[in-house]
Amino acid sequence: MSNEDGPVKATQVKLVLLGEAAVGKSSLVMRFCSNDFNENTSPTIGAAFLTQKCRLENRIVKFEIWDTAGQERFHSLAPMYYRNAAAAVVVYDITKASSLEKAKAWVKELQRQANPNIVIALVGNKLDLVSDESGASVAPKSKPAAEEPANEAEESETDAEDDATPPPPATTAAAGDDSSDSLRQVSKEEADEYAKEAKLLFFEASAKTGANVSELFTEIAKNIPDETPTKPAAAQGQAGRRNGARQGADSGVDLGERQQGKKGGCC
Amino acid sequence: MDEEYDVIVLGTGLTECILSGLLSVDGQKVLHMDRNDYYGGDSASLNLTQLYQKFRQTGPSENLNLGRDRDYAVDLIPKFILSSGELTRMLVHTDVTRYLEFKVIAGSYVYRDGKISKVPSTEMEAVRSPLMGLFEKRRAKNFFQYLQNWKEEDPATHQGLDINKCSMKDVYTKFGLEAGTQDFIGHAMALWLDDDYITKPARATVDRIILYTQSMARYGKSPYIYPLYGLGELPQAFARLSAIYGGTYMLDKKIESVNVGEDGKFTGVTSAGETVKAKKVIGDPSYFGAGQDLESGGKVRVIETGKVIRAICLLKHPIPGTDEADSCQIIIPQNQVGRKNDIYIAAVSSAHNVAAQNVWIAIVSTIVETSVPEREILPALQLLGNVLDKFVSITPLYSPTSPGTADNIYITKSYDATSHFETVVEDVFDVWQRVKGEKLVLKKREVEVEA
Ligand SMILES: Cc1cc2nc3c(=O)[nH]c(=O)nc-3n(C[C@H](O)[C@H](O)[C@H](O)COP(=O)(O)OP(=O)(O)OC[C@H]3O[C@@H](n4cnc5c(N)ncnc54)[C@H](O)[C@@H]3O)c2cc1C
Ligand SMILES: Nc1nc2c(ncn2[C@@H]2O[C@H](COP(=O)(O)OP(=O)(O)OP(=O)(O)O)[C@@H](O)[C@H]2O)c(=O)[nH]1
Ligand SMILES: [Mg+2]
Repeated sequence: MSNEDGPVKATQVKLVLLGEAAVGKSSLVMRFCSNDFNENTSPTIGAAFLTQKCRLENRIVKFEIWDTAGQERFHSLAPMYYRNAAAAVVVYDITKASSLEKAKAWVKELQRQANPNIVIALVGNKLDLVSDESGASVAPKSKPAAEEPANEAEESETDAEDDATPPPPATTAAAGDDSSDSLRQVSKEEADEYAKEAKLLFFEASAKTGANVSELFTEIAKNIPDETPTKPAAAQGQAGRRNGARQGADSGVDLGERQQGKKGGCC
Repeated sequence: MDEEYDVIVLGTGLTECILSGLLSVDGQKVLHMDRNDYYGGDSASLNLTQLYQKFRQTGPSENLNLGRDRDYAVDLIPKFILSSGELTRMLVHTDVTRYLEFKVIAGSYVYRDGKISKVPSTEMEAVRSPLMGLFEKRRAKNFFQYLQNWKEEDPATHQGLDINKCSMKDVYTKFGLEAGTQDFIGHAMALWLDDDYITKPARATVDRIILYTQSMARYGKSPYIYPLYGLGELPQAFARLSAIYGGTYMLDKKIESVNVGEDGKFTGVTSAGETVKAKKVIGDPSYFGAGQDLESGGKVRVIETGKVIRAICLLKHPIPGTDEADSCQIIIPQNQVGRKNDIYIAAVSSAHNVAAQNVWIAIVSTIVETSVPEREILPALQLLGNVLDKFVSITPLYSPTSPGTADNIYITKSYDATSHFETVVEDVFDVWQRVKGEKLVLKKREVEVEA
């Protein structure tokens, strides 16, 4: 319900989420989508994807955010998933070293399969679980990952039977070189270096506290070229075109549109 | 895996994926597995590497200059979607249209006396069409107007014909339609593969003509639409629907056995040494012994009902005589070439993101009638001009031997020789009825998810 709907045209951008199970992909989206104007606060069950606008100085980027729906869990993600994606958020959990390896594998896969101009952001999630740094307002250090009831309730994209996150391994300061981070397993420097090498945007964030979440999406938006050449599929099928039945030269069709007129019995 | 599922689905072909999606939406706990590491089974679309691997066990040959591998999505079965047909209804009902983008197929053509003509899609084209003489056009017009006005409940519109009882032959006779026009109506519009329909009650044919004309009227040009990036997108889209509603997906899983208990009823499936339990199993014939020798004592679950020959042809030009169409269907009615079954050509191109620039993919198909099927498709190959490369398959079609209600093993049918998906959706309805014991009703979704 934004009150001003300026003349600025919105660029529609398909964004896909990737990463190991339980790193917080869905949580990041929920944080991002329900923090803003409340158009999408209660997605219906089985929502195909969520949408969220991002206002930049000179334009609006409208994200169409696709979650994996759990299909990546057994390496069974369909190519359709990243088809035409203009952006990808690859998430790992900073308290779980193996999740970065998985993230790297996803980046490789994207660079091989996806649109060559795709903007990829690497995100180390669950920043709240390590001691305070970089201005993130950190939740009191109680039992981690246990309480996010608000998000869970609204979530519709994740599997119904989401197995609860196994609490991060209780190893003490394994890879962490930051002095006081007991749970950290991936250092910021290591991830940052990899991100630079692979030409990715990079953030450490927390879906729980919201730290860096809107910054992440804003930065992605800024990196999306003004006129995205590849429109996401859904942009076309949806509200966009109401103009007439017959198609233009490209003969693309909108199936939903003429539903009502169609029935008319069997002549 | 100690979880127990309501339904295990084997194979990610379109039929299985639609069923999986509908069952998950229905609240069933579904595990969906495939022996391949890609979606789609027999209804997949392959890139060049996969295509050459499947047919030649080699890579694509360099000197054909076919372009980038990733630009290709070559369908294994040639089918288009009738734009007012049941698959469209299914796509809209389940809202998976949001994952897909469609384009109209540019034209439908029919072969007559050695050349092809467009099936008229507008009145103007109909008037100019060489397919009928002036007087015959008038007779045809009377026939089409009869169909347009026909109402079940209004006997005045029946003009003395009870189409539920009388044969299609009676209808043709009443309107005085010539043999060539009958061929056109029965094969290019009603899309019958052979002439058996002529002596059967006219109703089925009338319904098919109406479906065809409604589809034609919907977007013009042709009655067909086609998904960008190939037909393989369709199973993927329904698989996503299933996943969003809680379905679990496992590709690349060899299925070692489908297990039954002492009472002969299904108990579970074993893959990679692990057994998963479920109440029911649904799968394509290849998971239930299709094409395998019958081991003694093993239950025969599927039988062969015929064979289809399909020839995937790569061209660097549009099909001659189609006005440079980026896509088309060509029907060669059986009478025209002395056969019992029609030969079809389905062509798509880079306009549908299924091939590199300036490459056309034409698939010729027909039901096998002789012991040298490759010779049977020659009339179609001759219409294509120079063919760069050709991949021929002869595929047996299988049907289940029992409905599955006794043992909770529900088997789908192979993809047949028809040019569209109507029979696929029929199979979905049929399997649903067997599995659930009630009719599948597609309610209009109440909730519109807004963009
Ligand atoms: C090869 C061939 C195919 C034909 N297919 C059809 C047909 O599918 N349906 C049909 O009604 N007539 C069909 N005709 C009949 C033909 O359209 C008429 O004889 C011609 O259009 C005379 O036009 P009119 O202005 O006198 O008729 P009108 O009374 O103006 O038109 C009769 C009605 O038929 C519709 N119509 C015309 N052509 C088509 C078409 N190709 N597909 C769908 N609707 C059409 C018109 O929109 C109109 O509602 C076909 C004729 C030929 C030669
Ligand atoms: N402490 C903390 N927990 C988080 C954060 N983000 C997510 N979680 C928790 O991690 C668990 C998994 O989060 P999801 O968002 O479901 O993760 P996902 O990546 O979508 O998981 P799958 O859909 O199963 O692949 C949940 O219990 C969340 O509450 C975070 O920033 N901090
Ligand atoms: Mg999730």
